[in-house]
Amino acid sequence: MIPEIGQFALVLAALLMIVQGTLPLVGASKGISAWMALSRRTAQGAFFFLSLALGCLIYSFIVNDFSVLNVANNSNTKLPVIYRIAASWGSHEGSILMWVFMLGMWSCAVSIFSKHLPEEMTARVLGVMGLVTTGLLFFMLLTSNPFDRIFPVPVEGRDLNPLLQDPGMILHPPMLYMGYVGFSVAFAFAIAALLGGRLDATWARWSRPWTTLAWCFLTVGILIGSWWAYYELGWGGWWFWDPVENASLMPWLVGTALIHSLAVTEKRGTFKVWTVLLAICTFSLSLLGTFLVRSGVLTSVHAFAVDPQRGMFILAFLALVIGGSLALFAFRAPKVGTAGTFKFVSRESALLANNVLLTVACGTVLLGTLYPLFLDALKLGKISVGPPYFEAVFVPLMAPLVFLMGIGAVARWKEATLPDLWARLRWAAVISLVAAVALPFILGRTSPTSVALLALGFAMAFWIITSALAGFFDRVKHVEGSFGEKLKRQPRSFWGMFTAHIGVAVFIIGVTAVKGFEAERDVRMMPGDSVSVGGYSFRFEGLEERRGPNYNATRGTFDLSKDGKSIRKLYPEKRIYFAHGMPMTEAAIDSGIFGDRYVSLGEPINDGQQSWSVRVYHKPFVTWIWGGCILMTLGGLLAITDRRYRVSARRDAAAPVLAPLEAVKLEKA
Amino acid sequence: MKKKLLLLIPLVVFFVLAGFFVVGLGLNPREVPSPLIGKPAPTFALPDLNEPEKTVTSKDFLGQVWLFNVWASWCVSCRAEHPLLVAYAKTNEVAIVGLNYKDKPADGKAWLRQYGDPYTVSVIDADGRVGIDYGVYGVPETFLIDKQGIIRYKQIGPITEEAMRKTIIPMIKELKQQ
Repeated sequence: MIPEIGQFALVLAALLMIVQGTLPLVGASKGISAWMALSRRTAQGAFFFLSLALGCLIYSFIVNDFSVLNVANNSNTKLPVIYRIAASWGSHEGSILMWVFMLGMWSCAVSIFSKHLPEEMTARVLGVMGLVTTGLLFFMLLTSNPFDRIFPVPVEGRDLNPLLQDPGMILHPPMLYMGYVGFSVAFAFAIAALLGGRLDATWARWSRPWTTLAWCFLTVGILIGSWWAYYELGWGGWWFWDPVENASLMPWLVGTALIHSLAVTEKRGTFKVWTVLLAICTFSLSLLGTFLVRSGVLTSVHAFAVDPQRGMFILAFLALVIGGSLALFAFRAPKVGTAGTFKFVSRESALLANNVLLTVACGTVLLGTLYPLFLDALKLGKISVGPPYFEAVFVPLMAPLVFLMGIGAVARWKEATLPDLWARLRWAAVISLVAAVALPFILGRTSPTSVALLALGFAMAFWIITSALAGFFDRVKHVEGSFGEKLKRQPRSFWGMFTAHIGVAVFIIGVTAVKGFEAERDVRMMPGDSVSVGGYSFRFEGLEERRGPNYNATRGTFDLSKDGKSIRKLYPEKRIYFAHGMPMTEAAIDSGIFGDRYVSLGEPINDGQQSWSVRVYHKPFVTWIWGGCILMTLGGLLAITDRRYRVSARRDAAAPVLAPLEAVKLEKA
Repeated sequence: MKKKLLLLIPLVVFFVLAGFFVVGLGLNPREVPSPLIGKPAPTFALPDLNEPEKTVTSKDFLGQVWLFNVWASWCVSCRAEHPLLVAYAKTNEVAIVGLNYKDKPADGKAWLRQYGDPYTVSVIDADGRVGIDYGVYGVPETFLIDKQGIIRYKQIGPITEEAMRKTIIPMIKELKQQ
């Protein structure tokens, strides 16, 4: 009964979305305000039904209703309740429902927070989102229904993939999807602007907070995914350049470009065409990511659901959405793009160059990800592209990006001069260079390659920090009052940028330190043995068998010590899950601000002495990688709460400027 | 005019990509040629599921073409391919040997009672040793083995109707004539 309610709710949501995707759009072009007004109600109604559907699915998982195929395939009576809930979005069908649910949530949010927008704009934005949602709902109902029944009803479910039975995996998909789907708002704003021909600073101001919020979610989503891979896969790596990871990185890169490009469009009224293209590309890459993950055109350690038929449906959908919007772009963009002028040395130039670099970086990731597919399709053989390619092309693109980041944050709009820039940034440059040269030697590195790597990393990190500080002192120089007042007078959008840029520096320090100083050992240990890594000593004390709710585990006890002083015990596990018979590695990590001590059990060695292959790592500053991402997210959140959005929202609501529709009417009159 | 053409670039790029995806969907990135194809099937000597005191060995099937199907009662996908096997077994074309992989014999027998038994014989591989020899990494998997005991074809995942009709049955016919 409950699954049928869920199914029915999905159908109702689909019907509402058909209405939302058609009438408001027609209404907006013909000026029928009743049709336009419909969009808010349908968005809210559909969100209600989508929540109901998701609720029904979660309920089916909680009560172990194995008559639902999706539940039977992804849950088990022994699975703890929290993972049963998470299993609702762990399967292919469930994850698509989650996707659509979030799309509904964003539409609903737009319908609530768009009171100050012209009616026509709201109608178009929601109309476009309605079309996208309709497509996905039909995809779900026709090819991946989460409520499909199975008969005869199995007595026991197959259990959730053990890899996904982890706290990180409860949060990772929703966050990632919030990000992916959130870019649909920026996309819808861009399409609405192309349809309506209105593309100005106000437009940019409306789309900015939505875009930044989506970007924040995506950042957190990627961060959790990376952290999960780090401790769950047991290899101590934090990024594998796996197709699925790349699929989330690509919209992030273009989304980052979009945020900056929107800033220019809002402040200076230029880059309009470019901004619109980025908005379309960001969401297109989110859709593409879903396609790559869900269709099985690529192999990946994450490959979950593979079904060419579904792939065909998503591909057709992609062709309609992306092809349609790019065609619209090609024909309508010339009408909106009247660019302002700026000189070669200016903040605009720096931001434009950064945009191009980010886009190129995304292009290289896309190329590397799809290269195996291209070769296969052209019958040139099967290959895989690994981390060496990505590292070789990605790092050289990041270095100029970081250099321009410092300049872009300090340079004046429209026209800056080199002597002026030098005057403001000379201390930053000097400090960064000194740090880059001195630090590797102070830290005791002498081999040329590792010195070069560390120097590059430190130069980039110090350049970001010092140039951000230079920009800060520049801003407060002319503010009256005490230092505290000077700080207070800065708008939150400035603090947002500052925090996010520092986050990038923190991230770079983390990556550099891990690359330069990590130590790992892969050893065979018997109880009583010790191994030392990076100044820490790990003593293998023994093994015990432990029984978990749906697995049996072999748990090792290790004593971690430094200079003979015991710090703490670590308990890595090797688990065998009942339903899959799949062995899983649970690494044990002693985590701290200055790095992690990491131990994971490999395989037992059959020598009758209880010995195991054991991997131990010392990863200095690895936590800074994620810390940097958290700072970037915080920066984004600070920027969203900037006073000007709140004030302008109120002002627009109080005294609406002439909406284009009225303006048109006036013109005609 | 020049500018208009520039604006068309993203669209063109996308359609080139989409073209590759259409082709890509038809390909299977997992279709890595199995190293076992063309090699002699690994030998085994395992207890019969229905009569555990009896040992069945791979040598028993020398001189005939046979299918070796890896299954388990806990495997949901096996349920999907099972009706195909049951239907095919009625034709008595070839021997179908089941490898009851990492399963409890009682569960396996109950499962066969419930869904039908297409197997000429099923053997017990409780600890999955033989599965390792055959490079099994997902259940179900099916191997087609010829009269000389050479593996000719491997199906990873459930046998689909299409694979049965277009690949497996024609191959069996051909191999039987050799």
